[in-house]
Amino acid sequence: MAEHAIAPPALHPDVFRLPAAHPWTRLPLIGSALAVTGLGASLALGLGNRPQLWHSWLVASLFVLSLALGGLFFVLTQHATSAGWSGAVRRIAENAMATLPFVALLFAPLLLGMGELFHWSHADAVASDPLLAHKRAYLNVPFFVARTVLYFASWCGLALWFGRLSRRQDRSGEHELSRRMRRASAPALILFAITVTFASFDWLMSLNPHWYSTIFGVYFFAGCLVGIFAFMSLVAIAQGRAGLLVEVVTVEHRHQIGQLLFAFVAFWAYIAFSQYFLIWYGNIPEETGFFAERLSGSWRPASVALAVGHFVVPFFFLLPRAVKRSSAALAAGALWLLAMHLLDLYWLVMPNLHHGGMAPHLLDFTTLLGAGGLFLAAYGWSSRRQALVPLGDPRLSESLTFEVI
Amino acid sequence: MALLRPSLPPGDRFGLLAEFPTPAALYHACEGVRDAGFTRWDAHAPFPVHGLDRAMGLRPTRLPWISLALALAGGAAGMGLQGWVSTIAYPLNISGKPFFSWPAFVPITFELAVLGGAAGAVFGMFALNQLPTLWHPLFGSQRFERASDDGFFISIESWDPKFDASATAELLRGLGATNVETVAC
Repeated sequence: MAEHAIAPPALHPDVFRLPAAHPWTRLPLIGSALAVTGLGASLALGLGNRPQLWHSWLVASLFVLSLALGGLFFVLTQHATSAGWSGAVRRIAENAMATLPFVALLFAPLLLGMGELFHWSHADAVASDPLLAHKRAYLNVPFFVARTVLYFASWCGLALWFGRLSRRQDRSGEHELSRRMRRASAPALILFAITVTFASFDWLMSLNPHWYSTIFGVYFFAGCLVGIFAFMSLVAIAQGRAGLLVEVVTVEHRHQIGQLLFAFVAFWAYIAFSQYFLIWYGNIPEETGFFAERLSGSWRPASVALAVGHFVVPFFFLLPRAVKRSSAALAAGALWLLAMHLLDLYWLVMPNLHHGGMAPHLLDFTTLLGAGGLFLAAYGWSSRRQALVPLGDPRLSESLTFEVI
Repeated sequence: MALLRPSLPPGDRFGLLAEFPTPAALYHACEGVRDAGFTRWDAHAPFPVHGLDRAMGLRPTRLPWISLALALAGGAAGMGLQGWVSTIAYPLNISGKPFFSWPAFVPITFELAVLGGAAGAVFGMFALNQLPTLWHPLFGSQRFERASDDGFFISIESWDPKFDASATAELLRGLGATNVETVAC
């Protein structure tokens, strides 16, 4: 294709950076204010109702964690496949993964709430329950804490290493750095797969320690990917509206992200149904309990809303090419899917607290405000300290002239 | 035999074939032919030229609708066949589940929807392109062999309402054609 490639538009280097007085430079400040308000209000409101506080806190923390992990996964795959199209939008994912050390801070207080979250963390519960006694070698507090530290150390390490090399390439333009990142990305993806799988077992599946599902890690991963592609769509569109990278991130890049969003909506449904299908067919009580709980009381409409709202509606909405190429339509679909992804996490966590049915609480909102504020602050901080695109990436010019065929 | 022979203009003259030196020249010539109001014509290049569909003023393809229709038909057939077999034709009690246990039918429904959608995309593309075409009048031009190597061409068919042998050839030369020839049917 190089023979007839259109030359990249001649752009001033300043186009690729956040201007000093741009409103987005205030994101760290605004985000921090939201974080302090939200998390402070949560603690003030929730210390009298700790089970609700820690369950709400967990949903909100997992929501921002899933976006950060999705960003990390996207960056790793782009290096592993030597992708040419994504240079213009890769920094969105790199900024999202750069929030991981900050998101880790949200999980530190949760370790204090383990008693309210995890039934298996009580010695007397384990003593009177042969199943929990059987699982004690894995499900015990010291090992759980050690694993959590290991997960976050792995993720933060990967995010920092890939972020640092990409920034170093901004300055030097060395092609060798791309090759180093490509070589490291495949083993990094294996580490990512193992840590995300076990993290979802620990922080979500063990909320109900009798229940198990071997596909659960993939289910959580699918949600992460829906989340990050919805987030990347929104940021790509918002950047354009805010006058950033207007000639750099084009309708072609947004279309491509929209295609990935569409693909992972289908992937999520495939995994979600696979999990439901085998449990429904096998019909063994220790497995069906999970769905029996979520199909009773007011959890039933929530489950139906998830099936319809997380798959049927967005699948047909995002199917036409014209929708993915329209900023307004793609933004609406992405916003909808972010909300559905949040509902998905709420649906995974909350039935363990409110067995009878859905019981929305003010703490659900304040913790989300706080965690979301922290994520935005960290995202804004990262986008201020580096260019808005990987300037030294040798494939950037390919990305600038990218077209979806 | 519409599937084996392309639909051709009546008479013994297929139309004009113009050669252009570069993809960019082809691109701009297509814009010119489009703006002149021609409807029965085509562009030929050895590789996809980005944006050529817009330069030619092509309508969006109907292929997605064919694919969607066949995907939905495949899914309906999958669910319908299993539902009919399990409730009417041969109802069996399987581990006490209802006869119409739709979750059990989803994998086959999904597979047949995928099969229908894929078959619709591939064979719909064949049908819309009048493929397989084993012979075409353009193959009579020696020069046209380069369309699969390094040649860039526009062919305008003689049954286009705007077609006029000498005026159209003049238009093509004006758009930068290095060679214009008449192709027989």
